[in-house]
Amino acid sequence: MSENNPFPDEGNTGHIWDDNLRELSNPPPNWWMMAWYASIAFVIGYGLIYPMIPLANTFTKGLTGWTAISEFNEAVAEVEAMRKPNEDKIAAKTAKEILADDELSAYVEASGKVLFGDNCAACHATGGAGNDGYPVLADDDWLYGGTIEQIQATIANGRKGMMTAHAATLSEAEIDTLASYVVGLSEGKADEKGKALFQSKACFACHGMDAKGMAALGSANLTDGIWRFTEADQLASAKRTIAHGVNAAGDAETRNAEMPAFKDKLSEADIKKMAVYVYKFGGGK
Amino acid sequence: MSEKQIQEQSLEELYAEAHEHTINVGDVKIHAKRMGGKFRNLKWASNLLWIVFFIGPFLRLGDRQAILLDIPNRQFHIFNLTLLPQDLWMLSFVLLFFAILLAVVTALAGRVWCGFFCFQTVWTDVFTWIEEKLEGGPAKRRKLEKAPWNSAKIIVRLKKYSLWILVAFLTGMSFTAWFTDAYQLWVDFFILNAASTVYITVSMFVVGTFFLAGILREQTCFWLCPYARIQAVMIDDTTIVPSYDVKRGEKRGRILKNKPAPEDQGDCVDCNQCVAVCPTGVDIRGGQQEGCIMCGLCLDACDAVMEKINKPTGLIKYASWDGIMGKEELPLLKRPRVWVYSAILMVSVIGVTLGLSGMESLELKVLHARQPLFVLQSDGTIQNRYTLKVLNKMNADMNVIISVDKSEFKGLKLLGAEKEVVAVHGTVTPVTIFVKVPKKNLTEKSQPILFTVKGKDSDGNEYKSNRESVFIGPKR
Repeated sequence: MSENNPFPDEGNTGHIWDDNLRELSNPPPNWWMMAWYASIAFVIGYGLIYPMIPLANTFTKGLTGWTAISEFNEAVAEVEAMRKPNEDKIAAKTAKEILADDELSAYVEASGKVLFGDNCAACHATGGAGNDGYPVLADDDWLYGGTIEQIQATIANGRKGMMTAHAATLSEAEIDTLASYVVGLSEGKADEKGKALFQSKACFACHGMDAKGMAALGSANLTDGIWRFTEADQLASAKRTIAHGVNAAGDAETRNAEMPAFKDKLSEADIKKMAVYVYKFGGGK
Repeated sequence: MSEKQIQEQSLEELYAEAHEHTINVGDVKIHAKRMGGKFRNLKWASNLLWIVFFIGPFLRLGDRQAILLDIPNRQFHIFNLTLLPQDLWMLSFVLLFFAILLAVVTALAGRVWCGFFCFQTVWTDVFTWIEEKLEGGPAKRRKLEKAPWNSAKIIVRLKKYSLWILVAFLTGMSFTAWFTDAYQLWVDFFILNAASTVYITVSMFVVGTFFLAGILREQTCFWLCPYARIQAVMIDDTTIVPSYDVKRGEKRGRILKNKPAPEDQGDCVDCNQCVAVCPTGVDIRGGQQEGCIMCGLCLDACDAVMEKINKPTGLIKYASWDGIMGKEELPLLKRPRVWVYSAILMVSVIGVTLGLSGMESLELKVLHARQPLFVLQSDGTIQNRYTLKVLNKMNADMNVIISVDKSEFKGLKLLGAEKEVVAVHGTVTPVTIFVKVPKKNLTEKSQPILFTVKGKDSDGNEYKSNRESVFIGPKR
């Protein structure tokens, strides 16, 4: 660094290296200063208009009182206001009346997808296609009845299947006979021996004299091609169900079949919507 | 007057303006001289085509506008034809047609579009015509430009600008009228009842037209329009363009009083008339260039001079570079470009024709439900769910009946199509239906199935549309 400044008139900082390499103190360019002041003005303006500085328990609110969450809530309110006419009608009508109203049921069909996806599709799959161990909702075979009221009751109150385990009361041969009888029923085959056993062992008490099930009890229709519990070998599946029952206490191999109640989780209007939505899958009666 | 006097006088006239007209480099305003002639008349005739733009929206068809581009309702009415967004693909063929037409015309005859049809050229022509009527010829206009702002200048400028704004306003209104009811537009506009988009569009057109045709003029062709830049790759030595016959014209030289021309002097007398009349201010004698919009006005000017000095016309003429240089020119039909361009033109014409002829007033689309693909029902049938989308392109709602071809499916049942469906006009009506077929009658995992929608309009004309989908069953 030079002790004597050889360039005294140019306003350098006095830092000079290698004889003539020196540091000047020119002001920043005009455009830069303008941008700098504009940024400061922007920050002040922003602070005046929007919430900005966090305080101990609160924050500066800004003149407009805008917050991101209030903007979100307004947008939600806007959507709800749009839906309100239909939602009001749904609240005022029974599920059956909603079904009869083309416009409302079209609204439910369009808007019910989210509700179904959140609450139902985990077990019953999108479109009510069903999963292993969980019933198909798109078919017309209903354990607890397929009218709109019955579907609504099932969603609201839930269902718990019930069948005694027969491993202790029936011999293995009897279970074989009964299983092949009911599998045969669904294929339209007659089996007098099986039929006699079906009646003598009082299966009809739950499944009915015609083996077509009773909606009041939730007993399965054994004569159609649809099985509540499906396996690759339907005969083996039927044997297991007869031997170990459904939700039978103390039987490790029993079938589990429980639909939770949704009346505490969903509003009544939402339950009506879901009833209509499920009904419209194509299996409602 | 003696013959010599006449000659002297006309010589003075001939060169009187020669120094005033310079080649356009963008720093001065071009004031082109107007003179009559073949191409000038042709230009007026082609300008007149734009009348369609102004009166088109006022044509009626029954109780509606004959041509209405109805953006809010997403439909275009072109006389009896109604186009919905579903028909948009045809637009790509229309655009292809015009793009290729532009290429063909440019390859064969240069910038015919620029010189005779382009709105920039036409509007500038009208604007400068108004200017000339009010302010006089190029020399007077140049003088007025430099003159101080006195009352006379203010008045003449006010008149000019008002007329320009009037033309610009009519342009904006006419443009807007294509998109809404034209008669109602004029009423609504003045009782301040029109949509804000109308006012925005019209004011944008007023500003745009005034600025582009009044102020910017030929500079638009030079600096804004991409077409000037790509023309160089579209024309070649065989393209017929306004050209200066170099062989005949050079070496150019002025006619001097009482002095015979030197022996090597060509026919160009260097009067600068071709530059004087050029609306973009280029010198055609420099050869083909980006500023030349090929309007042919310099041909008129040069021919007039040639006639005056008793020389054959056509020193500037429509000719190809090969023609000027005396090379043999291939006939049109032997040029590969002509064939390639014509083939593409044909494709686009066929595309639009097929599209228009195949357009149905009633259209059916079938969406097979994705989940579940099929459902086994308790009676042993397989049920498939479909969403049918019925598009009604007519002007009135129509009751339609949905049916399905049962011939391949024994025992098929169609649910949800018992009632007639109201197909709302100008939109798509969705209908959910179910098809049931006994499992034992299915032969394949997936079989084609044909849906039909049928209806009659109020005049009793029958409409029908088919659509094939699939019927899906369990694995065989």
